[in-house]
Amino acid sequence: MAEQVGRRPHVRPITSEWIFRHPRYLRYMVREFSCLFIGAWTLMLVCALGRLSEGPEAWGRFLEGLKSPWVVAFHVLALAFAAYHSFTWFQLTPKALPVQVGEKFLPDDVIAGAHFGAWAVLSLAILFFAGAF
Amino acid sequence: MARSNKPIVWGPFAAGGTLTAFLSPALILLTLLAALGHAPDLFAYDRLHALAGHWLARLALAGVVFLSLWSAAHRLRITCYDLGVRADTLVASVVYVVALAGTGGAVLYLARI
Repeated sequence: MAEQVGRRPHVRPITSEWIFRHPRYLRYMVREFSCLFIGAWTLMLVCALGRLSEGPEAWGRFLEGLKSPWVVAFHVLALAFAAYHSFTWFQLTPKALPVQVGEKFLPDDVIAGAHFGAWAVLSLAILFFAGAF
Repeated sequence: MARSNKPIVWGPFAAGGTLTAFLSPALILLTLLAALGHAPDLFAYDRLHALAGHWLARLALAGVVFLSLWSAAHRLRITCYDLGVRADTLVASVVYVVALAGTGGAVLYLARI
């Protein structure tokens, strides 16, 4: 009978306070929260395609609807989260895609740098093609 | 060897993560400019309608929507688990269904353009 007393299994509590235990965990979670903004923006893109398919008037209403302070605030947050996601993603590329040349591996900075460079060029190309400037 | 559907779920997640890392800041900046009343030239109805009518642009848009939604859905599922939500099957079903429904909607709309 004494065995029952000593055999109380440890139940690990499920919590979410671990996020705040270390700045690293918090940064990880901030990165993960980018999915909410990128996902929401993509759903907005789907709505935009819907209005575009309905004709010029529906499209015009959609563009007008964007001009609300809430939409602007959402976009500012979404842009910050998306940029942070891109930054952390490209920082990890040397771990995900190590490039071996002969006996040695390419330095991490070269691999990450190439991705950052490509990101910058592609972003400028998109903005230029869309006539943003 | 044990069978696993992980690669099927994870493949589009990694692809979507890379794609959104490259594209989403610039694309979000475009709609931010429109929200601020400085819509880029491409957002003129005729130009955008003509562009979205091209098969290659349709394919690209559908691909971007699918990969972006899928990677967001997968990441949200993992985040829910990290935050202590253990109803993984339910969470996974909801987020993946939303991602697929969004993709379906995009394909439907693109077909009508």
